[in-house]
Amino acid sequence: MPADRLNSLDPNRIAQHLRGPDGLVFDIGPFRVRAHSRLPAIRDHVVEMYGQYPLADPDYADLRFSVNPPRGLRALWRGQVNFRFDEETPFKPLPIAQARPFFEWGLNWCIATTAHQYLLIHAAVVARGRFCALIPGRPGAGKSTLCAALVASGWRLLSDEMALIELNTRQVWPVPRPISLKNASIDILRGFAKDVFLGPVVTDTHKGTVAHMRAPADSIAAAGIPAEAAWVIYPGYRAGAALATTPVSPCRSTLRLADDSFNLPLLGARGFSVLAEVAQGCRSFELVYSRLEDALDWFDRLAGEAMA
Amino acid sequence: MKPRAQPLIEALAHPASLDRFSLADWDRVIRQARAAGLLATLHHAAVDAGQTERLPARVRAQLTAAAEVAARHRDVMHWEAEAIGQTLERIGVPVMLLKGAAYVMADLEAARGRLFGDIDILVPRGALAEVEDALGRDGWVQDSRDAYDDRYYRRWMHEIPARRHAQRGTVLDVHHNILPLTARNQPAARDLWDAARRLDAPGELYVPCAEDLLLHSAAHLFLNGEFDRGLRDLNDFRRLARQFAGEPDFMARLATRAERLDLVRPLTYATRYANRLLAAGLEETATMSMPVMDALFTRGLRPDHASARDALTPLALFALYVRGHYLRMPFHLLLPHLLYKATLAKFHDTEIRDENAEKLARFRAFLGK
Repeated sequence: MPADRLNSLDPNRIAQHLRGPDGLVFDIGPFRVRAHSRLPAIRDHVVEMYGQYPLADPDYADLRFSVNPPRGLRALWRGQVNFRFDEETPFKPLPIAQARPFFEWGLNWCIATTAHQYLLIHAAVVARGRFCALIPGRPGAGKSTLCAALVASGWRLLSDEMALIELNTRQVWPVPRPISLKNASIDILRGFAKDVFLGPVVTDTHKGTVAHMRAPADSIAAAGIPAEAAWVIYPGYRAGAALATTPVSPCRSTLRLADDSFNLPLLGARGFSVLAEVAQGCRSFELVYSRLEDALDWFDRLAGEAMA
Repeated sequence: MKPRAQPLIEALAHPASLDRFSLADWDRVIRQARAAGLLATLHHAAVDAGQTERLPARVRAQLTAAAEVAARHRDVMHWEAEAIGQTLERIGVPVMLLKGAAYVMADLEAARGRLFGDIDILVPRGALAEVEDALGRDGWVQDSRDAYDDRYYRRWMHEIPARRHAQRGTVLDVHHNILPLTARNQPAARDLWDAARRLDAPGELYVPCAEDLLLHSAAHLFLNGEFDRGLRDLNDFRRLARQFAGEPDFMARLATRAERLDLVRPLTYATRYANRLLAAGLEETATMSMPVMDALFTRGLRPDHASARDALTPLALFALYVRGHYLRMPFHLLLPHLLYKATLAKFHDTEIRDENAEKLARFRAFLGK
């Protein structure tokens, strides 16, 4: 029997859980999280972005975190919010208006500092059938925009932020989460796909303006199904440019992926051999584009060749 | 089901009954073990007890992830210890590896699943100046540039200020003895060297003899004021003791050696609490009643996590802190030092050593800060 989803609870009940001693316990891909918060903004974020995720038994969670205003003297200065991973406070407090992105960034941190049963790569991951594409990218390369557009046009979302590569099987595991859109890409995506759900726009963060796009229900429902890495695409948005692709050798791709890995230094030689094997098994390209439609067509052709 | 009072301690003490832990117990075990740096240790305890297949899959995943990290820590420790050995071989100075570095290089049980904060080495006191020069040439730079700290270390301590490798970020503590020059107990470094065992490795690398490994572990834990790694250290002691206790007369030799090194008291405590908390099953020479020390140490040795504390924990930790300082320094030196640390030190530019600094920097960069 499938577990109940968060949206089987009304928002008041969700707020009660978030405030209560057990928090709100639900599954995001392989991770069972326990979220605590007293903030209405976090309740809204959870209701809007995580409604489709399965609720879980509150006895156990892998990751316990909270987003709350500081206690004690600091609470006198209103308007700040802390992220805590169990009892750790890994970041300085942020303005309360940034509570929603802080929830997402903080959860990224929890996963990236503990999930070393996987090789973790800073990349968006989208799938077509049983094959997936890793889309690594430095800030500004258009990784999230491209990921959001692909997902809005039918690709399955595995992650907007990190590829989880299982060390033994080399399979890529989904951890579907809201897609974090920044600055101009917010309006680009609104114009591109009318029916996606975007949360409120948060201004003045260290990444500029941020808004979250809800992950598609199908992708969340398929969170237990891994995919096989088939492509590594290094995107580069360039205004006015015609679409151009350049193949990247497996060797070069290994080194570039190594640079984008969160935990390769921790996994050492074992992680590196997994990485090299993954790169060896993928077709890798640099992709320069200006029009999202062109990029999507190109991705569809790529997927078509693999299926054929 | 009734929740366990101290789930992590019970898990370490009785790994054969891990399959009877409820999911609610595991929730706390994992959080406590993460805080205490013992998650990977627990993984190996579960493997040795044949329990891994019986654990819930989620729990197994958390333990496996921690074990991956610990395995890498061990590789790094191995590499760094050999590199330091080679650096000091060039100036003809022998190096004795202490604590974690010794467990790794001597390939002891206690190294499995252990996380390492820094590398501790012992060198002859007369060679310190040369050692500092040689390390400096190889990229090991002094961490804190605070003049007060520097003088304090050199005059009163058994080590010089920590060094950090400029490229690799590894932290190195260079000792010339295992206890401060001002401490009440005064083991002679000469005795440690006389009994040390030379490793079959490049460089002139030594590890303390088995008895001294145990005594140093006990001294480090029970003559110290800080207990945030207390449970890990007690578990080190237990694992070392278990490994060597099989040798005939080992416990008797250990007692004799403790007298020679002036470390009878810490050995008594370590044996007592390894037995009481971690079911080590070691022979105890004297079983006195000491309700006050029991109340303090049992609290100090719990994992540093809210779910393991009780109403008396803050008081116990404070009492242990004062005790630790008292044991390390006579009052006429201690009071001015604590007064300085509580007041004037704030006005000086002191760098805070943070093992997580590098990790934090990496993830801050990831967040685009």
